[in-house]
Amino acid sequence: MTFLATIGSFIFSMLAEVGRVSIFARDAVIRGLLPPWYFRQLIDQIIRIGYNSLPVVGLTAFFTGGALALQIYIGGTRYNAENLVSSIVALGITRELGPVMAGLMVTGRVAAAIAAELGTMRVTEQIDALTTLSTNPFKYLVGPRILAAVITMPVLVGIADIIGILGGFIVGTTSLGFNYAAYIKNTTDFVEFTDVTSGLIKAAVFGFIIALMGCYHGFNSKGGAQGVGRATTNAVVSGSILILAANYALTSLLFSE
Amino acid sequence: MAEPHIVLENIHKSFGSKHVLKGVNVGVGKGRSLVVIGGSGSGKSVTLKCILGLLHPEKGSIRVDGQEITDLRGSALDQMMGRFGMLFQGAALFDSLTVWRNVAFGLIQGKKMKPGEARAIAIDKLAEVGLGPELADISPAELSGGMRKRVGLARAIAPEPEIIFFDEPTTGLDPIMGDVINNLIVDSVKRLGATTITITHDMASARKIGDDIAMIYKGKIVWCGPANEIDQSNNPYVDQFIHGREEGPIEIEL
Repeated sequence: MTFLATIGSFIFSMLAEVGRVSIFARDAVIRGLLPPWYFRQLIDQIIRIGYNSLPVVGLTAFFTGGALALQIYIGGTRYNAENLVSSIVALGITRELGPVMAGLMVTGRVAAAIAAELGTMRVTEQIDALTTLSTNPFKYLVGPRILAAVITMPVLVGIADIIGILGGFIVGTTSLGFNYAAYIKNTTDFVEFTDVTSGLIKAAVFGFIIALMGCYHGFNSKGGAQGVGRATTNAVVSGSILILAANYALTSLLFSE
Repeated sequence: MAEPHIVLENIHKSFGSKHVLKGVNVGVGKGRSLVVIGGSGSGKSVTLKCILGLLHPEKGSIRVDGQEITDLRGSALDQMMGRFGMLFQGAALFDSLTVWRNVAFGLIQGKKMKPGEARAIAIDKLAEVGLGPELADISPAELSGGMRKRVGLARAIAPEPEIIFFDEPTTGLDPIMGDVINNLIVDSVKRLGATTITITHDMASARKIGDDIAMIYKGKIVWCGPANEIDQSNNPYVDQFIHGREEGPIEIEL
């Protein structure tokens, strides 16, 4: 009975958390979209979330593209399919690895930073202070962060796609002996517009998840420094899991025949 | 007889199974200064947060000029907040903004004032609390505890609110700086003619700031009267608290 009660209690608390996140997401979207808008905050967040994430996302994409080219070449030689390296690198990066790797890296950087910042604001009463100064914290803090993440993630993933394919190209042409022109021709011939757009759609959804998790856990943090630390960890863990789950759901949806 | 400026009537608030406010009844007249004293965990901060709309009481009525404020939401709540000013215990300055932008925040965001105009007012308000214009462009992280309180006070009075709340204004300050802050509060409030509610456990602060004092214990007001009559209250809770005695009816939760 105790075992069943534990399972039941876990399920109830999980459902309650899902409910709280859903209400928070609804409020964030509705209140974030209605005026007044805080453009200064939005620009600031676009720089923090997008521009400042470029180095980490670019390096991740570059090395992922290079490693992917090596793996496909090594695996492909078993079936005399080495020529597929360029096309599989391009497909793998644009459809899956570009958005997922960028999403996970930005979760580690941005969701953690948002949760820590809002969590500190919560425990030092800065969020309460906003309310007493006639400023809705949802509009001032949550709305701009979510909007900035939804706008910048597709741009980041677009850049990650280019850098990832470039990584595969450099490894393919320098280490694996592919011809420059043939590699580029195989890539451009094989990749379709929808391969790129599907990745960008995923990126926008991932951006929403990253900012939502950062804001939700930060906004609801309590208990001083330990609470802020817990909020940061929860934001990164829940953001990463939700990105992987959303990636599977979106792949099923976007590529179903 | 006219109703007081702010009235709290039978306010109840619980957190889970913990019943923090068990029917708070208190009022403060226009232009008067009420100080609520009480030990840690007695419900002082929760009472203040209920008035500010940061917490919603389960039962009871809070009225400002006869208007019920517990059910205000959205723009109506923002409008009511525009009449309030608040000095938080830790000042709650926004780390991401410079000192002058902190002081001018309510003017720019709440009153939609242009930044140039708001900056001039912010520098005036900083001067009123004894801080020079050279501090206007620095970050709050570079300020000492006393300076942070002064900036917090400047921010609270900048929009010239009709009601100001002070949450433990002297906590964490040395006695001299505490007295400086108390004097600044008294001067600022007199200048604005504002109604104020202060919560504190610092009796020196309570005597200096308050026209009236109310004592809260276990979520109820156990005594309320003029500040100059507190020493003759003949209330065992008040006597134990103001003299800081361990023995008495107040149970200390260790």
